[in-house]
Amino acid sequence: MIEGLLRELAPQVVGALVRRYGGFDTCEDAVQEALLAAAVQWPRDGVPDNPKAWLITTASRRRIELWRSDSARLRREEAVFALAPPDPDPAPAVDDTLTLLLLCCHPALTRPSQVALTLRAVGGLTTAEIARAYLVPEPTIGQRISRAKQRVKGAAFSLPPPDERPSRIAAVRQVLYLIFTEGHTASAGTEVGRVELTAEAIRLARQLHALLPDDGEVTGLLALMLLTDARRPARVGPGGTTVPLAEQDRSLWDSGAIAEGASLVTHALATAPVGAYQLQAAIAAVHDEAPAAAETDWPQILLLYDLLCQVAPGPMVTLNRLVALAEVAGPAAALAELDALEPSGHYRADVVRAFLLEQSGDRAGAGEYYAKAAQRTLSAPEQRYLESRALRCLSGKP
Amino acid sequence: MKYLVLIYGNPASRSAWAGMSDEQKAAGLRAYVEFNEELDASGERIISERLAAPELTKQVIVRDDRVSTTDGPFAEIKEQLAGVYLLECDTEERALEIAARIPEAPYATIEVRPVMGLTGDVDFEL
Repeated sequence: MIEGLLRELAPQVVGALVRRYGGFDTCEDAVQEALLAAAVQWPRDGVPDNPKAWLITTASRRRIELWRSDSARLRREEAVFALAPPDPDPAPAVDDTLTLLLLCCHPALTRPSQVALTLRAVGGLTTAEIARAYLVPEPTIGQRISRAKQRVKGAAFSLPPPDERPSRIAAVRQVLYLIFTEGHTASAGTEVGRVELTAEAIRLARQLHALLPDDGEVTGLLALMLLTDARRPARVGPGGTTVPLAEQDRSLWDSGAIAEGASLVTHALATAPVGAYQLQAAIAAVHDEAPAAAETDWPQILLLYDLLCQVAPGPMVTLNRLVALAEVAGPAAALAELDALEPSGHYRADVVRAFLLEQSGDRAGAGEYYAKAAQRTLSAPEQRYLESRALRCLSGKP
Repeated sequence: MKYLVLIYGNPASRSAWAGMSDEQKAAGLRAYVEFNEELDASGERIISERLAAPELTKQVIVRDDRVSTTDGPFAEIKEQLAGVYLLECDTEERALEIAARIPEAPYATIEVRPVMGLTGDVDFEL
């Protein structure tokens, strides 16, 4: 409850401080310390009447202390007005959150830096939480964040000019989707103590959608996350193994999330230019709305993949389309198309080949390719999954 | 992505080091300090260690609940692990780029191995 409130307020407090004082680097550090102080004090002393004002005041004080300890040169530059905390609502917080998101996903930063900075400055996560979630030591994340802040030091805290906005917003969508996939794919493992990255990504995507309700791709992204996450309860079987889509107990799926995701993507497709997130969400919706795997509307999914191949072509889309093609035209047709592809050398091609061979009844061949792919993936949960598929094919059990 | 970088020394690299003057050795160590500082600044160095002499290796073997420990100098093996880096890099290209810049690289054999992680494609569950 307190944690949720703090994460909600984090970007607004950063925005208020940066707007007042400038210097994103120091302001963000100060807010991080104010959040840590609140996480200790509020459960003990109770939540203040105006939590946002409390955080702004505390962060403003911390900022001055950080400023002072920085260097004597900076001390001389310190102005008296810096002592007064800013007005809790100097500007609509809404704009600040979007500005902050765009700054954290600045093109001068590498993807991992954008992810770490977004989770901390906008998501309100601590460096320690981010480090735990990504299974890297805390100093690594700490360095990554402080270096990222150095790089964007000169960037203005304002919305980019309109001609730059589409590409800048696209970067934010990619960062949020990366956070989501990190949490989603890892949920097949049994890692404890990981922050719920999927929940955090969905929360941030909701915020972005509220800020940009007419951006069809933001809507599509939120829909895709909801429709994918809806299956999570059925994805992990006994012993932590991953259950394939066709074998999942669909009664465990989150029907509320499915309804919300389907309605979002339907609206986006009807009102906005089509895009890759909307199409992927639409594919997920077709799966989610099938009462049983056998009732899946594969022709519809194949049609959506054909569109996706035009809108956002790529080797993964091409490979995944073959799975839908096999359902519509038979595995032999899909295998023929797979053979005709330029060899990518990606293990994913072996996964798809194994799947198509299994469907065509060649279980020994399927087992061989599942095993081959299992040796080359860098994901432990996926390796476990592929190994069990290989074993199942080679043992002759159903 | 995490990458383990293994630095293998060989008789030639070991005797090259042993034959260096104090100044040359100091310069070599300074090169490592600077290299590590740069990787710390970019947040890419998780750990790095220089290993003690291969002759100090012990082998631990557990079979049928019995533990046996033996000295493990493998004199016949010319390439010996001399040091390791654990890196966190955006791409494999970047890990290879760092590996090539290891001060010992011109004398040693360097291996870069990806570390197993928890993430893969969202829809790997076909």
